[in-house]
Amino acid sequence: MSAFTVSRRTLLKSAAIGSLGLTTGLLTRGSAQAAGDLTIGIIYVGSRDDFGWNQAHAVAAKALAAVPGVKVVEEENVPETIAVAKTMESMIELDGANLIFATSFGYYAPFMVDTAKKYPDVQFRHAAPLWKDGDPKNAGSYFGYLDQAHYIDGVAAGLSTKSNKLGFVAAKPISSVLSNINSFTLGARKVNPNATVQVIFTGDWSLPVREAEATNALIDAGCDVITCHVDSPKTVIQNAEAKGAKTCGHNASQAALAPKGFITGAEYKWETIYKQYADTLAKGGELPNFISGGYDVDFVQNTPYGAGATPEAIAAADAAKADLRAKKAYYVGPLKDNTGKEVIAAGVEHAPYDPWIDNINFLVEGVVGSIT
Amino acid sequence: MADTVNQDAATPAVGVAFADAVERIRRSSEYVVIPLLALIAAGLLFSIFLLALGHSPITFFSLLWRGGFGTEFSWQNTLVRAAPLILTALCVAIPARLGLTIIGGEGALVLGGFSAAVIAIPLVTASAPNYIVLPIMLVVATGVGAFWIGLVGMLRHYRGINETIASLLMSYIAIAIMNFFVEGALRDPGNPNKPSTLPIGDANMIGNVPGLGVHWGLPAGIVVAVALWVLMNRTTFGFAARVTGGNVRAARAQGLPVGKLMVTACAIAGACAGLAGFFEVAAIQGKANASLAAGYGFTGILVAFLARQNPIAIVPVAIFLGGIAAAGGLIQRRMGMPDATVQVLQGLMFVVLLVSETLYGRFAFFRPRGDKR
Amino acid sequence: MNETDIGAYGVPLAMLAGAIRVSTPFLFVSLGECLTEKSGRINLGLEGTLVFGAMSGYAISYLTGSPWLGVLAAGISGCFFGAIHGYICKLPKVNDIAIGIAMMLFGTGLAFFFGKPFIQPQAPHLPSISLGFWSDLPQVQSALSINPLFLVGIVLAVFMWWAFKNTRWGLIIRMTGDSAPAALAMGYSVDWVRFLATTVGGFFAGVGGAFLSLYYPGAWSEGLSSGQGLMAVALVIFARWNPLACFGAALLFGAAGALGPALQSVGITQGYYFFNAAPYLLTLFIMIASVSPKRSLKGAPGELSITK
Repeated sequence: MSAFTVSRRTLLKSAAIGSLGLTTGLLTRGSAQAAGDLTIGIIYVGSRDDFGWNQAHAVAAKALAAVPGVKVVEEENVPETIAVAKTMESMIELDGANLIFATSFGYYAPFMVDTAKKYPDVQFRHAAPLWKDGDPKNAGSYFGYLDQAHYIDGVAAGLSTKSNKLGFVAAKPISSVLSNINSFTLGARKVNPNATVQVIFTGDWSLPVREAEATNALIDAGCDVITCHVDSPKTVIQNAEAKGAKTCGHNASQAALAPKGFITGAEYKWETIYKQYADTLAKGGELPNFISGGYDVDFVQNTPYGAGATPEAIAAADAAKADLRAKKAYYVGPLKDNTGKEVIAAGVEHAPYDPWIDNINFLVEGVVGSIT
Repeated sequence: MADTVNQDAATPAVGVAFADAVERIRRSSEYVVIPLLALIAAGLLFSIFLLALGHSPITFFSLLWRGGFGTEFSWQNTLVRAAPLILTALCVAIPARLGLTIIGGEGALVLGGFSAAVIAIPLVTASAPNYIVLPIMLVVATGVGAFWIGLVGMLRHYRGINETIASLLMSYIAIAIMNFFVEGALRDPGNPNKPSTLPIGDANMIGNVPGLGVHWGLPAGIVVAVALWVLMNRTTFGFAARVTGGNVRAARAQGLPVGKLMVTACAIAGACAGLAGFFEVAAIQGKANASLAAGYGFTGILVAFLARQNPIAIVPVAIFLGGIAAAGGLIQRRMGMPDATVQVLQGLMFVVLLVSETLYGRFAFFRPRGDKR
Repeated sequence: MNETDIGAYGVPLAMLAGAIRVSTPFLFVSLGECLTEKSGRINLGLEGTLVFGAMSGYAISYLTGSPWLGVLAAGISGCFFGAIHGYICKLPKVNDIAIGIAMMLFGTGLAFFFGKPFIQPQAPHLPSISLGFWSDLPQVQSALSINPLFLVGIVLAVFMWWAFKNTRWGLIIRMTGDSAPAALAMGYSVDWVRFLATTVGGFFAGVGGAFLSLYYPGAWSEGLSSGQGLMAVALVIFARWNPLACFGAALLFGAAGALGPALQSVGITQGYYFFNAAPYLLTLFIMIASVSPKRSLKGAPGELSITK
C-alpha cells in the first residue's frame, strides 16, 4: 500500500483498499488490484447489447477499460429504484470504485444525489443534463445532444424518401424524445419542404411486439423511411428492412441490421467523454460538474452512410454536419408547432445548447401525431 | 437444561408436560426441517448447474454471503430490499390461508403508491405539515390497495371468477391506469424527461430508521407480519379463515360467512401491498412514476410460498431473498455471470420447495407417537 | 394524394394485418394450455416456456442456420418444461398453480441466463408466404404475407377441436379433465394422461415462442414476450376451452394489440395506454359477464382447480 500515489480525487481509505485487496485476491482468481488504479463502476438500466442506449455506453466502457490503470466494473438491468443506490454503494464498498457512471435518467434523483452526499470522496457522473448548482460537488452530469445527430438523420432521410412520408416510432412523449422528433423533422423539411414525419408512441421503452406493429402501421400508411427513439431499435430497424423501407438508426450503430435500406443513424460517442474523465483523473485534475455537447465537441456522431442514402442525401448531410460543427442554429423562427401555434417568432433563433431546447414540449409543423 | 436435570426427581406431571413439549417441537420441526432440506437441495442442484458451466460454486456462495450478509453495508442492502417483499408476500399469504392464490399484488402496490402520491399533491400545495400529509397518504394507499384486491375477492365470491387470473389481469390494468395519469393529467411539468407526479417534497419523506440505514418500511412490515400472524392464528377470524381454506363446503355447512371472510382477507392482503406502495413513494421515490412497478409484487409470491404462507416466517424469508438480490450485483461484477443468475437460483428454490410439499407426513420421525402409518 | 392511401379504412385492415401477425404465439400457447386444462390441470408456467422457447429457437437457428431446426428445438425445450410441470404435479399435495408460477420464474430465468450471448447476433428468420398477390394494394399484400406457422396453428386448432370430439384420445383427455374417478374406473391412469397433456402443451408453447424470436417481431430480447404467455392462459378461459374459439380469441387479442398503433396512424392519439391494456380489460369484462357462482363456465373441465 505504500506505493499508493494519492491524488486528491482518487483518494480512498487505505483500509478499504486493504480489505478489497484481500477479497479480490480470494474471490477473483488472484487478480489483485494494483495500487493507484482507477476503478470505474458503470450501471446500465437494460441489457448491455441491446443495439441501443445501453450498448452505446457499453461500447465506450470497453474503450475505457483498455486505458492502462483503469479497471471497469459493470452491472446491467439495474432498475430505477433503491436498487441503483445500493448498486452504487456496493461498487464503492465492495469493489472500491472511485468513479461511478449512472447511465439511466431515473438514477439521478434521489438515488445518485443521496449516494453522492454519503460518499463525498467518490465521484459520480450521470448521463443527462440534470446537475445544477446546489447538488453535491462530487456529482455531475454529462450529456450528448443526440438531437443534432437526428437533425443529420432528417436531412439525409428527406433526400432519400420517395413518398415524402417519414415514420418515427417513439417510446414516450417526453422532452428528449420530442426534441429528437423535431430535429429529425426540421432536418428533413430543410432539404425537402414536402416531407412530413408521422409519429407513433408505443408507451414504453421496450415493447418489441408493439414497436414492430408501429413500424408496420407506419409503412402501411405510406412511410418509406423509418426511424425511432426506443431503448432497443433492433426490432424497428429489422422489421422496416424486411418490408423494404429505408431506416435511420438511433443511439448505437444498427447498420448491420439493414444492409439494404440503412441511411445513417444518430449515435452517441460516450467514449469521448469517458476518456476525458479518465484522463483528467489520471493527471490528478478535477472533473467538471457539467459537460454537454454535440457535434462540435465530438459527443455525438452519425453512423457511416448505408446503402439507403442517396448521393444528394450524403452531400446535404455532410454540409449540415459542417454547419453543426460551427454551432449554427436549426431552430430558426418563424416556426410553428403542428397545431399551428407559433413557437419561435420571426427573427429569433435557438442555437445548439440553448436551454430552450431542453424543455421542448411540442411537435413542430410537419409532424403528424400528438403528444397527448 | 433445568428440565433435563429435574426429570428423574420431579413429579410425573412435570415429566409429562416436558415430554409433551418435546413432542410438539418434534412434530412442528417438520415445518422447519423440510424447507431447510429443500433449500439445501436447491443449493446443491444449483451448484451442479454452476459446475456444468465451469463456474465455481464456492466462489458463488461466498460472494452470495459477502454481498448479502457479509458486511454491515451488505446487511443494509439486504434489509432495504427485504422491506417491500415482506408486505407484498403478506398480500399472497393471507388469502392463501383461505385457499386463494392471489398473484396481483404488484397492481395493488402500484395503485396504492400512486394514489398516495396523488392525494399528497393538494396537501403539499396547501403546505400542510407532514404529520397530516403522511397519515392521509398512508390511509389512502392502504385503502386503495385494499379496494383493489378486495375487488378480486368480491369477483371471486359473487361472480365465481378465478382470483389468480383476475388479480393478474387487474395488475396489468393498474399499471396502465397509473401510466395514463402520470403521463397525462397528473404529470409534473417540472420533470419533462421522466413522467412523474409532483414530488411530495423533502419535508414529507419519512426517511430512515436512525442508525440502521433502512427506511421505516422494514419495521412496519415486521409489525404488520406479527399482527397478521396473531390475527390468523389467535383469533376467531383467523380460525374461520383457516377452516374455509381447509374445506369451503365444510365451512359453509358450519355457517361461516365464507364470502365475507374471502373479501376481508383479500382486502387485508391488498392493504399490505398498498402499504408497500406507500413506502416506495414516501420513503424512496418521493413521487409516483413507472418505477413503482419494479416487480416486488411478483417476488413477494416467491417469498410467501417459501415461507409456506406463514406471516412470521415471511420476515426471515424476505430477508433471505433480499440478500440474494443484494448479492446479485456483486456476482454479476465479480464472476461475469448474467444478472439472471439470481433468477435461476430463485426459480430452482421455488420449484424444489414446492416439490418438498409432498414430503410432509412421510417421515416417521415427525409423526405423533403411536402413529405407525 | 397517394393512390395507395386508403385513409380510415386502413384501421380495420391494419387490425386484421396486426391480428394475423401478432396472434400466432397467442394461438400456440392457448392451444397448449387448452390441451393441458382439458385434462384437468392448469399450467401457469407457459409464460416461462414461451420465453425459453423464443430463446432456444433463436439460438439454435443462429447456431445451425436453420430456423426450422430452431422451431423444433423450441418445441422440444417446451416439452421438457411441460414434462417437469407434469411430473411434479403428479406428486401428492402439490399445487399446480404454484408450480406453474415457479416454472414461470425458472423458465424465464434460464432463458435470460442462456440468452445473453444471443441478444446481439442475427439468426436466420422463418420465411413468409405471400397470399396477397391478387391485390394491388400494398397494405393488403403486407397483411396477407403470412408465416407458415400461422397456418399450422389453424390446422392444429381445427384438428384439436375435431379430435376432442371424435377420437378415443380426445375422449380420454376430456374424461380425465371432467372426472378423475370416472377415468380411473375406466382403467386409465389420470396422472399419465395429464403428464402427457402437459408435455405436449409445453411443446406448443415452445413453438409459439420460436415464432416471436424467429418471425415477428423477429429477434431475441429479454422484453420479447411481455406477458403474452400469461395472457394466453386468460385467453383459454375466454375461449371456453374450445380450440376453435382459441383461434378466434387469439385473433381478437392480436387485433387488440394492433389497435393502439393503428389508431395512432390515422391520428387518434388519445389514451394509448388504455388501447394497450385493452386485451386485459376485455378478458376481465368477458369473465365478469359470463361467469356466475351458480353455474361454472360452460365447457370448463370439472377437475380444473381454477373453476372449482
